[in-house]
Amino acid sequence: MNDLLLKSRNKQRQQRLRHEVSRLYLSLTDLIPMDTESTFFENPPQTVAVGQPLSRVDGRAKVTGAAKYSAEYNHLPGMVHAVIKTSDVAKGRVTGFDLSAAQREPGVLAILTHQNLPKPALTAETKEGKEAIGYSVQMTFMPLQSDQIFYAGQPVAIVVADTLEHAQQAAAKLRVSIAAEAPIASYQDTKAPRYNPGGKPDADAEGTKRRGKAAEAFAAAPAQVTATYSHATNHHSPMEPSATIAHWEAADRLTVYDATQGVSWQQRALSAILGLPQDQVRVITKYLGGGFGCKGPIWPHSVLTALTAKAVGRPVKLVLTRPQMFTSVGHREDQEQTLRLGATKQGKLLALLHEKTSTTSPWDDYAETNSKFMGMLYQCPNFEATTKLVKGNVMTPTWMRAPGEAPGSFALESSMDDLAYQLGLDPVQIRLVNHADKDPATGQPWSSKSLKQCYQRGAELFGWSKRNPKNGLTRDGKYLVGWGMATATYPVNDSQGNARVRLFADGHAVVQVAATDLGTGTYTVITQVAADCLGIAPDKVRFELGDSALPTTNISGGSMGAGTFASSVYTAAQDLWQKLTKMAVTDAKSPLFRAKPAEVEVVKGRLQLKANPAKGEDFAALMKRGSLTDLEGFGQGKYGAGYEAAQSGAPAPAKPDDAGKESGHAMYSFGAHFCEVRVDPELGTVRITKWVSVVAGGRILNPKTARSQVLGGATMGIGAALMEQTVRDPNLARYTNASLADYHVPVNADIPDMTVEFIDEHDPYINALGVKGIGEIAIVGTAAAVGNAIFHATGRRLRSLPMTPDKVLEAMRQPV
Amino acid sequence: MNDFSYTQATTAKEATGRTKDQPQAAYIAGGTTLLDLMKANLQEHPQLVDINTIPFKGIEQTKDGLRIGAMERMSDVGENKLVLEQFPAISESLLLAASPQLRNMASIGGNILQRTRCGYFRDAAFPCNKRVPGSGCPALEGDNHNLAVLGTSDSCIATAYPGDLSVALAAFDAVLTLENQKGKQRQVPVKDFYLLPGNTPQKETVLEAGELIVAITIPAAAHAQRSTYLKVRERSSYAYALASAAVGLDVHGGTIRSARVALGGVGTKPWRSPEAEKALVGQPATEATFRAAAAAALRGAQPRKENAFKVELAQNTLVQALMKVAG
Repeated sequence: MNDLLLKSRNKQRQQRLRHEVSRLYLSLTDLIPMDTESTFFENPPQTVAVGQPLSRVDGRAKVTGAAKYSAEYNHLPGMVHAVIKTSDVAKGRVTGFDLSAAQREPGVLAILTHQNLPKPALTAETKEGKEAIGYSVQMTFMPLQSDQIFYAGQPVAIVVADTLEHAQQAAAKLRVSIAAEAPIASYQDTKAPRYNPGGKPDADAEGTKRRGKAAEAFAAAPAQVTATYSHATNHHSPMEPSATIAHWEAADRLTVYDATQGVSWQQRALSAILGLPQDQVRVITKYLGGGFGCKGPIWPHSVLTALTAKAVGRPVKLVLTRPQMFTSVGHREDQEQTLRLGATKQGKLLALLHEKTSTTSPWDDYAETNSKFMGMLYQCPNFEATTKLVKGNVMTPTWMRAPGEAPGSFALESSMDDLAYQLGLDPVQIRLVNHADKDPATGQPWSSKSLKQCYQRGAELFGWSKRNPKNGLTRDGKYLVGWGMATATYPVNDSQGNARVRLFADGHAVVQVAATDLGTGTYTVITQVAADCLGIAPDKVRFELGDSALPTTNISGGSMGAGTFASSVYTAAQDLWQKLTKMAVTDAKSPLFRAKPAEVEVVKGRLQLKANPAKGEDFAALMKRGSLTDLEGFGQGKYGAGYEAAQSGAPAPAKPDDAGKESGHAMYSFGAHFCEVRVDPELGTVRITKWVSVVAGGRILNPKTARSQVLGGATMGIGAALMEQTVRDPNLARYTNASLADYHVPVNADIPDMTVEFIDEHDPYINALGVKGIGEIAIVGTAAAVGNAIFHATGRRLRSLPMTPDKVLEAMRQPV
Repeated sequence: MNDFSYTQATTAKEATGRTKDQPQAAYIAGGTTLLDLMKANLQEHPQLVDINTIPFKGIEQTKDGLRIGAMERMSDVGENKLVLEQFPAISESLLLAASPQLRNMASIGGNILQRTRCGYFRDAAFPCNKRVPGSGCPALEGDNHNLAVLGTSDSCIATAYPGDLSVALAAFDAVLTLENQKGKQRQVPVKDFYLLPGNTPQKETVLEAGELIVAITIPAAAHAQRSTYLKVRERSSYAYALASAAVGLDVHGGTIRSARVALGGVGTKPWRSPEAEKALVGQPATEATFRAAAAAALRGAQPRKENAFKVELAQNTLVQALMKVAG
């Protein structure tokens, strides 16, 4: 019933919106075809390539080795190699360098330290610097500016040599004297003060968020669940280590081949830091071997490579080593969450109190905002969330796939499971009881929400109805078998970006966006979108990305990429069709001569009269007659709250954090995971034997690449659930397992054949194509689904990630 | 990694001659351990002597058992029919180790000389008594989650041999044939090949400078034929053992006539347990007997904060392995 109401309300809103859009456009110019923004959405025949499981257009290049990654631009004249020497200790002061042995090594060109490295024009350490650099600032600290050591792995010197091997060997011979001091390793160190960052200006972490009277409501609640959860430090660990090649093509002109998720962000950041006009910095990332967030921000190694290249006057290549990947590009912070749920006997939430404590760096007040997820997932009138931080001797943590939602969902979805068992409710049922029909945080209606369908379809695919309501009762030989489920969600963040399309009269097109493809399929899905927007086949489209010389756009991150790039390409194509329409109606030889532009529509590349589709012509005919070999369209696409604001004429949100506050709808993807585990109660091992994920993520551009995104997200979540943890020595604050042999990510044998399905959604509020991001949602709720299945199997609740055999054995010793 | 020279030796004599001339030289076979250590600057060698063409080859039936050349690859030995039939535990220990790529490269002689995965040893930035004698051991009060509970000392609690094969070899009385720089051969049982850390954790085996592993001989036995290797780890493959057990039983009429037990992942060396074997022999092949044997095996354990779970885990691993071979 609610769904029907929502649909009808959406329909009304949609019609009103479309009317407003039409009015707006007509008042601007009557050259614009009507309803541009909703044509794609409303007119299914336009989607020929979109929605098809097109194989990756860059697949052949990747499997043949032709795809060039950032470290593979080896042709640059006189290119030399840099190796970063890092600090062994986590806190102290550099007291001296012994360069003699290193300098004697063959091929050494320079050894740069804080004493002789060229200074950047500015750093993010000042407010002005932070603003100038932009959103890509994550760690405000820039190493090699002083003798101070704040974290283990901090760069203390850069060695440059003619070959990588020479640079490595010289770096090994370089002796750095450091006066070490006792560091703080984590929030678990009782010596370190805990503080609430709420009052601090510029804090990236939220302080306290409130609605209603949570403490009172909790105290009075007939059913209560109180629990504390911990989450280990996790590292993104993409296959491709971060790499930068800096090439000063002139004294004031820099080209950087950088493994980054956002060439436009990186361009802005580097130009600000190096004091260059933005157009004098070009950043190129044609292929990326994964990022998961760690290649989103600007990190010191990229800046240091540019400064090093300046110092030595030659192109410089720097590739981080795998151990350096653990101390150079951020991590998901180690954290503890205490969650209190108060509910009625029927399971309806009355109060939710959340407190998070995590480790941050000496300079930045960063924490994943778990509270956003906590406050919106379920209908709950009383809510309070508090973040506390401890400054440790670590680098600044950063966004890692679903920052906030991933660890937050482990806590909330585990406690919801507890509540279900306490009250004798089915885990799906308690989630339906608490289903939020509008956003509890803002009171806004959802732009679209198909969560109930996700539960229903997931349960069907999994066979959930056969679930034994009692835990600890299903055995298969020595194994305890259990089923668990959890909810997933991820916001449609606010984003925008530009695109250019260039259509040739011969039926080919070049489409350009300064986007990046993390390996997720951006090349492929945007090719499909462009093909449909231009009415040509995908193999006639060349989609170019990964170069800041192309139209500026957002990073591929925050699940914003596909929607932003697709919308901008769509808008650019509309710009092109407007130009062609104008040409047609003013061309005496065109069948559309003297037609009103508003009466012309474009269907599969054919311009025709809406009232009489037989009257019209193909773009190629029109262009050829006009001796036009090619024509360009340019457009800005919006994604999320800014899109809706622009459509309704309301002012756009000032910054992404404000998204949702001024727009009409709350915008989220939703999903559900279902999981079966087999637990060996004597060995403590947990193996996943069945998995179902159902995701409602708006329009699915390509079911094949979308499925891979969900497989990857869920697999990463299983990693966090069962094995991923980076350990800092509690006394020395240095990682003890900074390698992929010792930091375990799942292998094929850990992952069963997963079932993934999507719920079809048409959402007119979020962007021109109705696309929601699906890069992150699948990691959300995954660890809880696993933990809930372990609880069902064993009757024991594990609240500390990862749920390794030692913790399972410890839990099995506890009484049920 | 330092610059080094590289030479090939085609005979044992030639190889040992090279290390006589250059005592800091190292032998390289598959290189899967050595190159890791050199790349991390944990070992430096001015010269590498490639011994891949030395004919320490063959998996042969002898009158007493099997003789396996040290240069045979892990994958070849693990999949060998004779090994599978006579020593299933040894085959399993090889095939549960590493990844197919590594198993195709790594020689079994090199496997025996793997070095610890202790994070403090593997990162030269940390103090480590094994790497720099006298520098200290942060693992004692630090991250000892995957370190040893048996055979430890105040200097070192690393599982000096982190792998699998030697655990099975120690269990089934395998003997190494070694050849020194004088061309003289000697026999050393695998269970005696590794040293406890004591105050000299840098000294890990009885291997002399320049001495080569020539071959492994394993005596055939009923308990070896009825054997298994059980490995417990945090992920399903490509991980070192948290705990492992190589066991073999010879059971007649429900009574254990002979037994072999060794544990991996829990000792500072591959941990043969005569205590467990004693608790098994002459007893009925029941879970109660196996539990008693497991308790005996871990009786001397000295757990620390993070690795206390290994005492229980190792016992349960051992019991499950024994249950499996008992049928």
